Amino acid sequence: MFGLDRKDLTLFLVVVALALFAPFLLNPFPSDSGLAQFNAGYPDLMQRFVIFGIFAIGFNILFGLTGYLSFGHAAFLGVGSYAGVWMMKLLTMNVIPAIIISVIFAGLLSALIGWISLRRSGIYFSILTLAFAQMCYALAYSVLTPITGGETGLQLNLDDPRIIGASQTAEGNIPVPHLFGLEMNQTWQLGMGGWEFTFSAGYYLAAVVMLVSFYLAIRLFRSPFGMMLRAVKSNQQRMNYTGLNSRPYTLAAFVISGMYAGLAGGLMVAMDPLAGAERMIWTASGEVVLMTILGGAGTLIGPVLGAGLIKYLENILSKINKGVLEQWFAVMPDGIDTFLVTIVYPFIGKGWHLTLGIIFMLVVIFLPGGLVEGAQRIGKLFRRTRKPAATDDPEHHPKPQPHVGE
Amino acid sequence: MTKFDITRRGVLKTGAIAGAGVALPTIFTKRAHAYTNEPTGDTVTLGFNVPQSGPYADEGADELRAYRLAVEHLNGEGDGGMLNTFTYGSGAKTELSGNGILGKKVEYVTGDTQTKSDAARASARSMIEKDGAVMITGGSSSGVAVAVQALCQEAGVIFMSGLTHSNDTTGKDRRANGFRHFFNSYMSGAALAPVLANAYGTDRKAYHLTADYNWGYTTEQAIRESTEDIGWETVNAVKTPLGAGDFSSYITPVLQSGADVLVLNHYGGDMVNSLTNAVQFGLREAQANGKDFQIVVPLFSRLMARGAGENIKGIFGSTNWHWSLSDEASQTFTRSFGEKYGFPPSQAAHTCYVQTLLYADAVQRAGSFEPCAVVEALEDFEFDGLGNGPTLYRGADHQAFKDVLVVKGKENPESEFDLLEIVEITPVDQVTYAPDHPQFAGGSLGSCNNGA
Repeated sequence: MFGLDRKDLTLFLVVVALALFAPFLLNPFPSDSGLAQFNAGYPDLMQRFVIFGIFAIGFNILFGLTGYLSFGHAAFLGVGSYAGVWMMKLLTMNVIPAIIISVIFAGLLSALIGWISLRRSGIYFSILTLAFAQMCYALAYSVLTPITGGETGLQLNLDDPRIIGASQTAEGNIPVPHLFGLEMNQTWQLGMGGWEFTFSAGYYLAAVVMLVSFYLAIRLFRSPFGMMLRAVKSNQQRMNYTGLNSRPYTLAAFVISGMYAGLAGGLMVAMDPLAGAERMIWTASGEVVLMTILGGAGTLIGPVLGAGLIKYLENILSKINKGVLEQWFAVMPDGIDTFLVTIVYPFIGKGWHLTLGIIFMLVVIFLPGGLVEGAQRIGKLFRRTRKPAATDDPEHHPKPQPHVGE
Repeated sequence: MTKFDITRRGVLKTGAIAGAGVALPTIFTKRAHAYTNEPTGDTVTLGFNVPQSGPYADEGADELRAYRLAVEHLNGEGDGGMLNTFTYGSGAKTELSGNGILGKKVEYVTGDTQTKSDAARASARSMIEKDGAVMITGGSSSGVAVAVQALCQEAGVIFMSGLTHSNDTTGKDRRANGFRHFFNSYMSGAALAPVLANAYGTDRKAYHLTADYNWGYTTEQAIRESTEDIGWETVNAVKTPLGAGDFSSYITPVLQSGADVLVLNHYGGDMVNSLTNAVQFGLREAQANGKDFQIVVPLFSRLMARGAGENIKGIFGSTNWHWSLSDEASQTFTRSFGEKYGFPPSQAAHTCYVQTLLYADAVQRAGSFEPCAVVEALEDFEFDGLGNGPTLYRGADHQAFKDVLVVKGKENPESEFDLLEIVEITPVDQVTYAPDHPQFAGGSLGSCNNGA
């Protein structure tokens, strides 16, 4: 169905289910229990999961398929955000034009940067993209302050000349981004026993967009074009010797992944209409590299998982403070509780980077294929115990390669 | 290839499922509260959003200490701190009595702004959406304050800003749900100019080094305009990138420019580095135009003074509050902070503590946590006994008007905290401006937002 083979379809349907039921899946703990701290099912974080998922899917099209490691993808996300906010300031608060213009601007910028940077490969390519992204950041942070709002970020004002729609609401406030009248910050609560689930309009818009981008990515991975990109990764020189010019393919991949980043940027401002220069800084570019590697570069679902893990740590772990820790360990005898607090404290709150670093190291050392490889190993473990005879192959038939989508 | 078989049974089934799907939203209870995060239990949650990492992490840590202290005092633990000195303009004592706010125990959640507007907004949103915070406070940079203030306006909660000095926070980016107790660039300029005229004369040529972002711009503008009013001339103003470790290339041209005063519109680590560079280049011993060369730092903080060490001696700047103030309120606060943490509070800690008390008091007086009621209670509210003398929260722009301290790096500090001495307490009248002053023009409060 949908032009996907059975395995891809299963994967896609699993992702659809995960995205649609995220408000339930991410809120496993009753809201008044102590573990509610670990619930991630609130609109802002769920939106971040899918938006950074899109960003990482796009990045993976470039990095996972061609092996070109771009260290400047945050620039496209940032440009998309700025374009989106300007669209809301000038034209309408409807998010569709904002998202479209974000994708277009990010596409144009990535065509320019890609056209120059792709003259080199390997580390030189990475450095070039990094340099361009830092230039964009510096421009946004200070030089272009009238356009970008500088350090404060670009935000909506009460006197924006919005052509379609009013510049302020009847109550004298800034209007909220909406999709044909459905406001993005609209939420519905569903109480079930001790659990409380929040359904947010903004999240579902972002989730649908994510599913569409995920579907496109699967099709791209399976297309002849995707095969070309893989050829670039495995041996670009050999490809060139066979008479194929790889530049158009790599540039196309670069622009596509730039447009994915722009889409993520546009969605970010659709959820929260402010664009800050920090989202273009080089650490933001590094973050998407981390997401992709953590999840599994070159796999379909990996980047989404990686994005989810990093955003979860950033938002949940960083909010645990010393007071919360003391509460947890209060049941322990005196002395032991303070000891435990001292041990755990460096890894939570502002120390979440440390935890992320450790997880990243563990994954790279023990699971070079990322979280996806971890899942595959666990899966294999179960399969082997169930039917050990299946691996019996006295005639040594060629083994099927593990599916990239797994 | 796929083939769809359409059967009567299939259509009925699909129809039933679709119908259930359409009916589903009606069982959801769309937020039935009168305003965002109305506290219904016997506790109320406040959100403390401070930089725990990044360049202003020191300030953030001190802010968090102050917030914890404020919560203790509001809940009736500890010695009560400035609750004992807090009075209204009429002279009456505060209605807060140490049993929480409106009888509800105060709880809090914390977050890390990372001194980035994006991260700050994410953490504020999670406090509002997940933890049910009814008020957000904190921050140690103007960009973050402006971004979070706008978010709180949209979400319908109150924002009590922490350390933010840029004119924009209550100028072009002012919002009805946001309030600022801290002073601003204009006030720094207005307070510093007369002191500078006294100390260095009215015939001076100034050279500005300005941090290349919004706060730097507004501070440079404010200091320029105030000093030009007293007769100084501005020779040049150079923008420096934020976070540049080494400022020597910006300092070298200063002496050749014909200037005899260097104004460092820098804050935090930048100020520490640029001042150190300037001193290393011998600017303090230099002579220019037949006068001693001087350096001015518009915004001082004790944490910066500690970083700059020896170099800060004798240099003029302005500050919002200093622990060595001798009034009863400041002493009370310094004592209870010192007893809990073992050292005196910074100005960031002071403003955050005061903001929390002011919010709590406004809720108590309004009799409700409803943002619009709180806004009404705070607008044109006069109070005293919080360390800055009689203060007015002006309704037109939600800026607090109070005395401003002009300070000087102490020549013979007695301890590592005793680095600044107060030169003059500039009376509030001298730093008051019209809400539509050109440095603050272009903003509009809008109307208060109660949210869902």
